Amino acid sequence: MADLEDLYREIILDHYRSPRNRGELESPPAHRVEGFNPLCGDEVVVTMVVEDGKLADIKFAGTGCSISQSSASLMSSAVKGKPLDEVHGLIRTFKSMMSIHEAALADEQGEPAPVDVRKIGELAALQGVVKFPVRIKCATLSWNALSQGLDELAAASAG
Amino acid sequence: MALDVETLRKDFPLLSRVVNGRPIVYLDSAATALQPRAVLAAMDQYYEQTHANVHRGVYATAEEATNRYESARVTVGRFVGAPDPAREVVFTKNATEALNLVVGSWGRANLSRGDAVLLTTMEHHANLVPWLMLSEQLGLELRYLEVDGQGRLDLSSLEHALEGVKVVAVSAMSNVLGTINPLRHIADAAHAAGAIVVADGAQSVPHLPVDVQDLGVDFLAFSGHKMLGPTGIGALWGRAELLDAMPPFLGGGGMILDVRLDRFLPAESPQRFEAGTPPIAEAVGFGAAVEYLETVGMEAIRAHERELTAYALDAVEERLGGDCTVFGPPAGEDRGGVLSLAFRGVHPHDLAQVLDQYGVCVRPGHHCAKPLMRVLGVSATARASLGLYNDERDVDTLIEGLAEAGRLFA
Ligand SMILES: Cc1ncc(COP(=O)(O)O)c(C=O)c1O
Repeated sequence: MADLEDLYREIILDHYRSPRNRGELESPPAHRVEGFNPLCGDEVVVTMVVEDGKLADIKFAGTGCSISQSSASLMSSAVKGKPLDEVHGLIRTFKSMMSIHEAALADEQGEPAPVDVRKIGELAALQGVVKFPVRIKCATLSWNALSQGLDELAAASAG
Repeated sequence: MALDVETLRKDFPLLSRVVNGRPIVYLDSAATALQPRAVLAAMDQYYEQTHANVHRGVYATAEEATNRYESARVTVGRFVGAPDPAREVVFTKNATEALNLVVGSWGRANLSRGDAVLLTTMEHHANLVPWLMLSEQLGLELRYLEVDGQGRLDLSSLEHALEGVKVVAVSAMSNVLGTINPLRHIADAAHAAGAIVVADGAQSVPHLPVDVQDLGVDFLAFSGHKMLGPTGIGALWGRAELLDAMPPFLGGGGMILDVRLDRFLPAESPQRFEAGTPPIAEAVGFGAAVEYLETVGMEAIRAHERELTAYALDAVEERLGGDCTVFGPPAGEDRGGVLSLAFRGVHPHDLAQVLDQYGVCVRPGHHCAKPLMRVLGVSATARASLGLYNDERDVDTLIEGLAEAGRLFA
């Protein structure tokens, strides 16, 4: 049985109660992306500024459950100010952490695949979410918005 | 007479399940109800002893299958007071399909550009989206009765709202607020204005004594699975003269009198609206569910659920105080056993997750009533809904779980 403590770790509750980087950057110049989770009606708005190959600034807004809100807050803290290749790396690591498939392969008991906690820091607190498959969408909502935003910016600067 | 819930619970196998180490506390009957053994046994027995396709069979089991299917129709029709159940009850997949049938057949045949339809802002999407779809094609004027601060329909301007309206489509009981709407009053006013009335009985038929003649409505849609029956079957009751004048809904086998290469003659109602092999075993199960409800007694069920609703509303107020809001009218005559909860600082999704640890099944979300969520000013609620098999202990466990969620997120 999956335990509630696996889901609602102290770091998650902390980011839920006191979210970091909450709000909206003025757009333009910031790039703005909206994400929806039709399951629970959650909405997230991610605004971001890319400068000199770095994610110079990022904020998130919207409403949602503790998992979607804390995941957005943790994400913003983890990626803010980072070079884009590092941001893409974090997105990849996070998405693989959220993959039930890989978790199941990693361990017959369905324990999540071990991630290198040194590389992702506080984000590791979201590891327990995979044990609650319906909540994975909540956790990935803001990450998908970020990833979409970066793709759009890359396409725009290439075009 | 009071329900003997303790004994009755033994009829429902699923109530003996243990989830997350706790006995299941099933509080999601508004989404779908549990089945008593009698329903499961009737369906098993049908498949083991009788199964054959209905209508036109000559051999013994085919005739038996037809008889069981048709007698289920009569049982279900009598249950809602249909004057002529053999003619007036159409089996559908669920309440949603029944409402789509009314809109797609009666609506398409009787409405044209600019015609007015009166709905309410508390409708389930099943009684809203089909009208929006028809309106996209025809260009209708959709009007809405509003919901007041207590979760009741504001009927102060009903006469005005009804001016020129051809059809009123309204839920008999809200699946979010538990409000039991005054259908008789609405139907009388609608008829005086020359409109017909379509009632969405998905929540009322399972929980209240319902009589279509007392309510004075023209159509009533409901689902088998919300009233202890199986999934895959629902019903539309309609006034015979309306059904007889309606064009078919789906085309195929079973709904015709004659077919040529260039035309067809539709069968009479209800066969006209039942194209293809119907859900026969499900109809048998539906009939058995209705018989079960009748044996327990709808008056007794309503009295029990009404008392339990009052108990739950009091318990939330006393034990959770200002932290927890329940939408909808206070306990009483017009309040059914649906409790949509908002808990300060805790998202419905998180509430439901914590409650799951207590074995408590509640549903977070918009409950297919997004316009109503906007009226209430929330994106979602956590909904606990009561059934005849629930008791005060279930409510106590719910409150215990809610209090824990409050502590966790405080
Ligand atoms: C008021 C109301 N109308 C219609 C429906 C649709 O029922 P079904 O999904 O069985 O078609 C529901 C059930 O969710 C309901 O609560």
